[in-house]
Amino acid sequence: MGGGGATGVPAVRLTDVSKAFGGKSVLSGLDLVVPVGTSLVVLGKSGMGKSVLLKHVIGLLRPDSGRVEVGGVDLWAVSARERDRIRRRFGMSFQEGALFDSMTVGENISFPLRRHTRMSPAEVRDRVAECLELVRLPGTEAKRPSDLSGGMRRRVGFARAIALKPEILLFDEPTTGLDPINTDALVRVIQHLRESLRPTAITITHDLKVAFSIADRVALLESGRIRIERSPAEFESSDDTSVRSFVRGDSSLDEEAVPLEVSR
Amino acid sequence: MPFLEAVGRFVLALLEGFGRFCELLYRTLLGALRPPYDFRALLDQVVRVGVDSVPVVFLTTLFTGAVMALQTFNGFARFHAEAYVGSVVALSMLRELSPVLSGLMVTGRAGSAMAAELGTMRVTEQIDALVSLATDPVQYLFVPRVLAAIIVVPMLVVLGNAMGIGGGYLVAVKILGANPVIYVENTFQFLRMNDLWSGVIKAAFFGGLLSLIGCQRGFDTKGGAEGVGRSTTSAVVTGSLAILVSDFFLTKVLF
Ligand SMILES: Nc1ncnc2c1ncn2[C@@H]1O[C@H](COP(=O)(O)OP(=O)(O)O)[C@@H](O)[C@H]1O
Ligand SMILES: [Mg+2]
Repeated sequence: MGGGGATGVPAVRLTDVSKAFGGKSVLSGLDLVVPVGTSLVVLGKSGMGKSVLLKHVIGLLRPDSGRVEVGGVDLWAVSARERDRIRRRFGMSFQEGALFDSMTVGENISFPLRRHTRMSPAEVRDRVAECLELVRLPGTEAKRPSDLSGGMRRRVGFARAIALKPEILLFDEPTTGLDPINTDALVRVIQHLRESLRPTAITITHDLKVAFSIADRVALLESGRIRIERSPAEFESSDDTSVRSFVRGDSSLDEEAVPLEVSR
Repeated sequence: MPFLEAVGRFVLALLEGFGRFCELLYRTLLGALRPPYDFRALLDQVVRVGVDSVPVVFLTTLFTGAVMALQTFNGFARFHAEAYVGSVVALSMLRELSPVLSGLMVTGRAGSAMAAELGTMRVTEQIDALVSLATDPVQYLFVPRVLAAIIVVPMLVVLGNAMGIGGGYLVAVKILGANPVIYVENTFQFLRMNDLWSGVIKAAFFGGLLSLIGCQRGFDTKGGAEGVGRSTTSAVVTGSLAILVSDFFLTKVLF
C-alpha cells in the first residue's frame, strides 16, 4: 500500500455507486476518489445520503451497483474475513456516538485494542487514558454511556474511533450539536491527528467553519452524486448555485426551494 | 384473486423468513467454531438467561405438576386407576410438559430480551459500530446467546422435572391423601432414562431455536423504538410457534 500521494493508489475510490432503499434512490452513480493523506469534507443537506455514503466506504452498506475500493481492493470482491482485515485500517465515529451501552466508557475505547492487538492491560489502560485526554474527557473511564450528555457520547465515540491509530478516519457529523468550545476542541483534535498520523479522513459536517479548518478538499453531495469537489478556497468562491446557497445559508438560492430562480 | 395473492405473499414471506433463519444459523455455527472464543461472554449469558428464567420455570412447572395430579386423580378415580397418577405426572412432565413449558417461558423472558437488546443496538447503530470495529456481529452477539440457551434450557428442564414431580406429590399426598411411599414408588416405577433424555434433548433444541429467533428478530430490526417493540413481540410469537410445531416432529423422531 504505502502513501503514494495523489499519483498512487487512492485510499478510497467509489466508482458509479448506486444505492436505493425500498425503491427510493439515495445514491445514483456516485464517483469519488480520496487520495492517501487527504482530508475530504462532504457537505450536503439533511437526508441527502451523507451517512449512507460514509457507510459504503467502510462496507457497512453494499452498493446495489458500482465499486467501492479501499487501497485498490474491491471491498465486495473479497471474503468477509478479508473485509474485516481491511476495516481495521478504519476508524469511524458515528452521528450519535453509537457507544456500546453494556460497557463503560473505558471498555468502549479499549474494545478495538483488546480485540485486535496484543497490548498488555497496562498499555491498553494508557492508550485509553490518552484517547480520553485527546477528546477532553480525562478520567471518565468508569462512567456509563447513559450517564453522558449527547456531546460527551460523541466525543467518546470519537476516542474509540482513533484508539487503533487508523489510517483512514470517517467522521459522521463530529461536531453537530456540540457547543462552540467543544466544537473548537474537537476541530483541534482532528487537526492534531492530521499532523501526527497523517491519516486519510472523510468528514461529514454541516458546519462550514469546521469544514474549512480541516479540509484539503470540500465536496458537495446532491441528488445522489458528488456535485462538486474543490479545494476549500475554490469551493468558497465557487459560483455554483448549490454551493452558493450552502455557503451563504441562503435558501433563496436553493434550486429545490425556488426552482425558477437558477438565473445566476 | 386477492385471496390467492395474499396466500402467495404469505408463503413467500414464510420462505424468506426460513431462508434468513438458515443463513444466520450457518453464520452462528461458523462463528462458534472460529476464534476468538469468548468464554466470558458465554458465562455472562448463561447467568443472564438462567437468572431471568429460573423463577418463571420454577413456578410454571410446580403448578403444572400440581394441576396434573389433580386432574388425573379425578379422571383416573373413575376407573380405579388412582395408583398411576404418579407415573402419569412424572412421564408427562419429563417427556413433554417440562421441556415445552420451559421453552415457552424462556422465550418470553430471554428470547424477548435478546430481541430487545439487539434491536436497540441495531437502531442506535451499535451493530454498525461493531462492524466498523472489524467485529463480526453474528459471532459476537449470536454465539454466546445461542450457546447459553442451549446449555441453560436443558438445566431448567431438569429443575422443571423436579418441580413438576414435587408439585404432583404435594397435591396427591397432602391434599388428596395418597400414601406417600406408594406414590413415590409409583412415580419412578415406569420411568426410563430415555424419558429424561428425550426431554433434555428437546430442551437443548428449543433453546437453540428460541435464542436464534430472538437474536434474528433483534438483529433485523428496522424503524426506531417502534421497530424494537415489533421485533420483541415477533420474537415471542415466532419463538413460541416454532417450539410448539417442532415439538411434534421432535417427539416423533425421539419417541
Ligand atoms: N438502512 C436504511 N434503510 C432504509 N433507508 C435508509 C437506510 N439508511 C438511510 N436510509 C434513507 O436514506 C436517506 C439518506 O439518509 P442519510 O444518509 O442518513 O442522510 P444524511 O445525509 O442526513 O446523513 C434517508 O432518506 C434515509 O431514510
Ligand atoms: Mg447522517
